[in-house]
Amino acid sequence: MAEIILREAVSRGLREALDEDERVFIIGEDIGAFKGAYAVTSGFLDDYGPERIIDSPISESAIVGAAIGAALGGLRPIVEIMTINFMLLAMDQVVNHAAKLRYMSNGQMKVPLVIRTVTGGGGQLGATHSQSLEVWFATVPGLKVIAPSDPYDALGLLRTAIADDDPVIFAEHALLYRARSEVPDERYTIPLGQAKVKREGTDVTLVAYSRMVHVALEAAAILAERGMDAEVVDLRTLRPLDTDTVAQSARKTGRAVVVEEFWRTGGMGAEVASAIQEKAFDYLDGPVGRVGGVEVPAPYNGTLEAAALPTAGRVVETVENLYGI
Amino acid sequence: MNLDNGQVTELYERMLLIRRFEEQSGRLYMEGKIKGFLHLYIGEEAIAVGVISALRDDDYIITHYRDHGHALARGMPPNVVMAELMGKATGSSGGKGGSMHLFDVRRGFMGGHAIVGGQLPIAVGLALSAKYKGEDKVVVCFFGDGAVNQGEFHESLNMASLWDLPVLFLLENNLYGMGTHVDRTHAGGRDIYMSADAYKIPAAQIDGMNVVEVRETTQQALERIRSGKGPVFIEAMTYRFVGHSVQDPQAYRDSSEIEQWRAKDPLDAFRETCIAEALLSEEETAQIDETVRETVAEATRFAEESQEPSLESLYDNVYDRTRQV
Ligand SMILES: Cc1ncc(C[n+]2csc(CCOP(=O)(O)OP(=O)(O)O)c2C)c(N)n1
Ligand SMILES: [Mg+2]
Repeated sequence: MAEIILREAVSRGLREALDEDERVFIIGEDIGAFKGAYAVTSGFLDDYGPERIIDSPISESAIVGAAIGAALGGLRPIVEIMTINFMLLAMDQVVNHAAKLRYMSNGQMKVPLVIRTVTGGGGQLGATHSQSLEVWFATVPGLKVIAPSDPYDALGLLRTAIADDDPVIFAEHALLYRARSEVPDERYTIPLGQAKVKREGTDVTLVAYSRMVHVALEAAAILAERGMDAEVVDLRTLRPLDTDTVAQSARKTGRAVVVEEFWRTGGMGAEVASAIQEKAFDYLDGPVGRVGGVEVPAPYNGTLEAAALPTAGRVVETVENLYGI
Repeated sequence: MNLDNGQVTELYERMLLIRRFEEQSGRLYMEGKIKGFLHLYIGEEAIAVGVISALRDDDYIITHYRDHGHALARGMPPNVVMAELMGKATGSSGGKGGSMHLFDVRRGFMGGHAIVGGQLPIAVGLALSAKYKGEDKVVVCFFGDGAVNQGEFHESLNMASLWDLPVLFLLENNLYGMGTHVDRTHAGGRDIYMSADAYKIPAAQIDGMNVVEVRETTQQALERIRSGKGPVFIEAMTYRFVGHSVQDPQAYRDSSEIEQWRAKDPLDAFRETCIAEALLSEEETAQIDETVRETVAEATRFAEESQEPSLESLYDNVYDRTRQV
């Protein structure tokens, strides 16, 4: 057991896969000579060579398409798309091809493909480089979507993703690469579709994923000082979505607020709130709250950007406004 | 050289302005006054200045995220550009765009675009609008060697040629897309101009370190384009003397390669030629140096003293103000 950062956890998972299975290769922009835009694949080119660590041209659509083809041909590709903003160029291959081939071929085909990408704002990168679009992929049957909040989950879920025979989007938050947690030396995996209670509480449930788990935990600390004991549930995977764990918590606390970085309209908050009212309606003391990104493209200016992102303060305020405490 | 003292002075002054402005931006980034990503144009100044000096005021320019050089060459006030880099209310986008997203529509400067390749189809559309309206404007579209591997590059060349649109495709081939050498990303090696042949677009490869050659080739191209004969493609060979962005250890290239290119510094080369041909005197260059230093110092002062944008501005310009939804 050792404390490591999320970047190391993902690197470790990738190295294991490369070591254990010759069919695994990694393809992406600047993952080799440049060592990865977020340094996750630093040293990989030296250790595994250019056949398995493929520096690709800037061609997101063809990178994903080629990975789909390689998967159909019996390999197990891992794609790195530098950030989720650039996934938009690959949207057709992901949504119209990767997600649908098993179904349209009635099971003749499978696409064991992992697409790792970097999500989130908060780095003052401006409107085109600060989005949290993993939610979009979570709306598509045929895809699975993972968005971990700490190194332990990242490694356990990445192992499962790589072993999965269907396409998986693995979204790493840019501001979490230095997040720390204990990670066992022995091998463990985490199944997809299992949320995790990160903090137990009795008065209100805060549901979040990725970086917003940390914001929710911060909010829980503030609420605790004000005499309110919050439970924090980390979704971990957006599809499959573990609505049972969330509903169970909501039944216990009778109150719930969903926190996400994505814009509120059509986000996970809407989906989770709907699941809670379906599964825990009779137990609720009031409406389910949602805290999301302000509905504007991300501004560059730091003060404006901070104002557009969910904060612990906004979560606390939402809880207090909704439940009158 | 077919230039008089006034023209020579202007070209030199613009190039030097870009050089000093970029050096100063780099310093301000290290001081934490500029945030996010900062991509400097140092080494490539002859291209923006040579091309843009040949344009008419009503022509359009569209470019990528490495856009400060093009903006300054077009005459965007350094104060306003620096204020944008610092995210101030007085910046070209009120602090909401940032370094990668500069715009000055009044000067036909249609933006820095930060999604690689994204500006190419937009250039085609601008040209379509000019042709549609019967104007003889030209659209200059700058892009890098990395962008040519996006499908949008090929789609845009094809449409522009098919419809004889007034576009000057201006490839800044600095041999690298981030840390990946063009020989490792482009099947045609570094002679990318040959791709234009497939679309029957006349193309030339030129020395992008020579401002006079850039300017003269551009003038010839503009003449052809304005006569309604369709697009032209210019590949200007160049090199960025600094990292891809300010935080780039540059592990992917040898310092000897950088030195080799620094020996071809476009400013030094031009200044020496001008002095040798008695188009500029040592005193004049010293004077230009002084003026430029003052301009950059003033831009810094202006930006530092400017106000932060108001919080209300966060919501402005998501939509037409008169039809907010
Ligand atoms: C679609 C997309 N993919 C990846 C990136 C990340 N990225 C930013 S700049 C860049 C390299 C571009 O190289 P080039 O076109 O040669 O321009 P240069 O930086 O050399 O001026 C990459 C990969 C991006 N911004 N957009
Ligand atoms: Mg380049």
